[in-house]
Amino acid sequence: MKLHEYQSKLIFAKYGIPIPKGRVAATAGEAKQVAEELGGRVVVKSQVLVGGRGKAGGIRLAKSPNEAEDLATEILGMEIKGLPVRKVLVDEAANIDKEIYLGITNDRAARKPVLMASAAGGVEIEEVARVTPEKIVRVHIDPLLGLRDYQARDIAAGIDLPREHWRSFGQIAKGLWGAYRDSDANLAEINPLVITEENRLLAVDGKMVLDDNALFRHPDLAEMRDLDVEAPSEIEARKYGLSFIKLDGDIGCMVNGAGLAMTTMDIIKLFGGAPANFLDIGGGAGAEKVAAAMRIILSDRNVKAVLFNVFGGITRGDEVARGILYALDEVKTKVPMVVRLVGTNAEEGRQILANADMITAETLADAARKAVAVAKGGEI
Amino acid sequence: MSILVNKHTRLLVQGITGNEGLFHTEQMVAYGTNVVAGVTPGKGGEWVLNGKIPVFDSIRIAVEATGANTSVIFVPARFASDAIFEAADAGLELIVCITEGIPVQDMMRVRNYLDQKHARLVGPNCPGLLTPGETKVGIIPGDIAIPGKVGVVSRSGTLTYEVLYALKQVGMGVSTCVGIGGDPINGTSFIDCLSMFEDDPHTEKAVLIGEIGGSDEEKAAEFIADHMTKPVVAFIAGQTAPPGKRMGHAGAIVEGGSGLASDKIKALEAVGVRVAKHPEQIPDLLK
Repeated sequence: MKLHEYQSKLIFAKYGIPIPKGRVAATAGEAKQVAEELGGRVVVKSQVLVGGRGKAGGIRLAKSPNEAEDLATEILGMEIKGLPVRKVLVDEAANIDKEIYLGITNDRAARKPVLMASAAGGVEIEEVARVTPEKIVRVHIDPLLGLRDYQARDIAAGIDLPREHWRSFGQIAKGLWGAYRDSDANLAEINPLVITEENRLLAVDGKMVLDDNALFRHPDLAEMRDLDVEAPSEIEARKYGLSFIKLDGDIGCMVNGAGLAMTTMDIIKLFGGAPANFLDIGGGAGAEKVAAAMRIILSDRNVKAVLFNVFGGITRGDEVARGILYALDEVKTKVPMVVRLVGTNAEEGRQILANADMITAETLADAARKAVAVAKGGEI
Repeated sequence: MSILVNKHTRLLVQGITGNEGLFHTEQMVAYGTNVVAGVTPGKGGEWVLNGKIPVFDSIRIAVEATGANTSVIFVPARFASDAIFEAADAGLELIVCITEGIPVQDMMRVRNYLDQKHARLVGPNCPGLLTPGETKVGIIPGDIAIPGKVGVVSRSGTLTYEVLYALKQVGMGVSTCVGIGGDPINGTSFIDCLSMFEDDPHTEKAVLIGEIGGSDEEKAAEFIADHMTKPVVAFIAGQTAPPGKRMGHAGAIVEGGSGLASDKIKALEAVGVRVAKHPEQIPDLLK
C-alpha cells in the first residue's frame, strides 16, 4: 500500500526529520489560505500515487496566495496518468542549493533492509541506477540491530556530503530507519533531501510503501489507503479475501493458488488468447467465495469466456461446483464457461455441473485451447 | 531415498488444535507420517486424534517428551514468526512454515536470526514437503505423486500439484518434492534444494518451478552451470503478469524492470536447462 507524499512526510516529521512548513488542501480556497499563512513563495503539489507528477504539470511554484489559488484550481481539475487529483499539498518553497537521494528498502537477495543514498537527488533512483550506478552508495542494515551511527557516517562520506552536515544527516537517516521499521514499510524514501541556501537539510519530498501483510498491527496507517489507485473490482475482491488483478484481455480466469493462476493466464496467451484477470480464490474456498469471484469476473463487459481451473487439495471440487451453480443462478449469463476440475472431490464436482451448460476439459492445455476457441466465437 | 524428510522424521505440529492444523494432522497421519506431538500454548495435557497425539504448551517440553526433530507450523501470520523463533531455540533441525502473510520485516528478523543457528526453515507461505511412500510434512495431497527418482522444488503450491499429477499420469515418480514458498524472504532456496538433489544418490533428475519476482532462479541457473551433473527441467510462471502488481504471492512481483519471467527463462536456457512452455510438458522434457 502506497502512502501520499503528505502522509509520508507527516510520519517522517514524527521521527525528527525536518520537512517544509505546509499543509494539505482539498479546495483552491483552502490552498490560498495555507499560502497566506505561510507567506511568501509556496509550492502547490498534486497528491496522486504515481511518479512523474512534475513532468505532468502537477507541481508548480506560486509567488502569491492568489497565484496559489489559481494553480490549485488548475491542479485539482487534473488527471495524472488516469488518476484524479483530489488534494494538493501547499508547502513553503525551499531555496535549494543541492539535492540528495536517501532511501531504505527491502533487499530480497540480501534478506536485509538496505540504506541507499546518492548525490544525484531529485531524479528517480531507478533512473540513477540504470545510467550512473556508481553514484549510489549502499549499506545493509542488520534487522536485529538497526542502523548504526557509523553506517550513516559512512554513507554521508560516500556521497561527499560536507562534514558540517554529517550530524544532521545521521539524525535524518536514523529517523528514516525508525519510520521504516515502525510502520512496517517496504520503502521509505526522501527524494530529494535538499541542502538549502541557508545551509540546512530539508526533506522536500517523501514516499512510503507499506507491507500489506503488516497492516493488522497498524490500523491508523491502514485507514490512509487511497482507493483511487485500485480498480473497483479489485476493491470488491478484497472484501471477500480474493486475490484479484484486472487485466485487458477477454478470458476470465478463476483458479485456486497464485502460481497456478499465473500459469493459467500464461497458457491462455500461449494458445493465442488474452486473460481478462488474475484471480486466486485461495485455499479452501467455499461456495460463497466462488460465487463472489464469479460476479466480479462477469462484471467486466470485455469477458467473452470464463475458464475455471481448480486443482483440489484443501479446496474441494464439489464446493467449487456448488459455488458456480449458485453464482450462475444469480447472475444469469450467456458467457461460455470452460471447467477443469482435478483432485479432491473432482468427480463429485463434475457430477454437480453435469446438467449446467458448461464445457469440460481434462488437461490444462485442453482447457486453455477450448477457452480461447469459444472466446473467439468458435464452437467446440 | 529423499532429501530433508523421510520415514525417520519425527514430526511436531505447531498450532495442532486449530482448524487447519488438525485437518492436516489427520491427513499426514493417514499418509503414514510419524506425528509425535502437537503444540498449542495453553492446551498442554490435551490429546488429539482420539488420544493418539499429545499436545504440549511449549516446543521445548514437547521435544524433551517425544524426541521430535522436525516441526510444521500452521499458526496464524501474526504469531508465526514467534513460532519459528521458538522452534529454532528448542533446537529443531528442520522447521516447515505453511503460514501465508507473515510481515516481511518479521521474516528478515527471523532469517537473520536463523542464520546464526543450525536450524533450516522451509517456507513460509509454502505447501511443505512430500517424500512419496514415506512421509509428508505439510499440505501437499499425498495421492498425486508416486515414489521415484525426480526431485521437485517449487515456489508455488497448486502449480506444484499440477506438475506432480502430470508426472504421475505418465508413471514418473518423485524422490522428494519441496515447496520453498512464495514469499520474498524465505528459509530454503532453490540452490539449497538443487544441491541436496545433486548429492542424493536416488534422485536422477530435478524439476525447478519458479515464478516472477526476485532473482533466485537466475542464481539457481549459475549454480546449475557450476555444480549440477544431473539434468534439470524448469517452468517459470508469470510471463503475462503486469509489472508492479503482486500476483497473489507476496514475492511474485516485477519491480523496476527486474524479476521478469523472460529473464529467468533466458538465464536457465543459457545453462542448458530445458524450460517447459506449460506444466504438462514437463514429463516429456524429463524423458
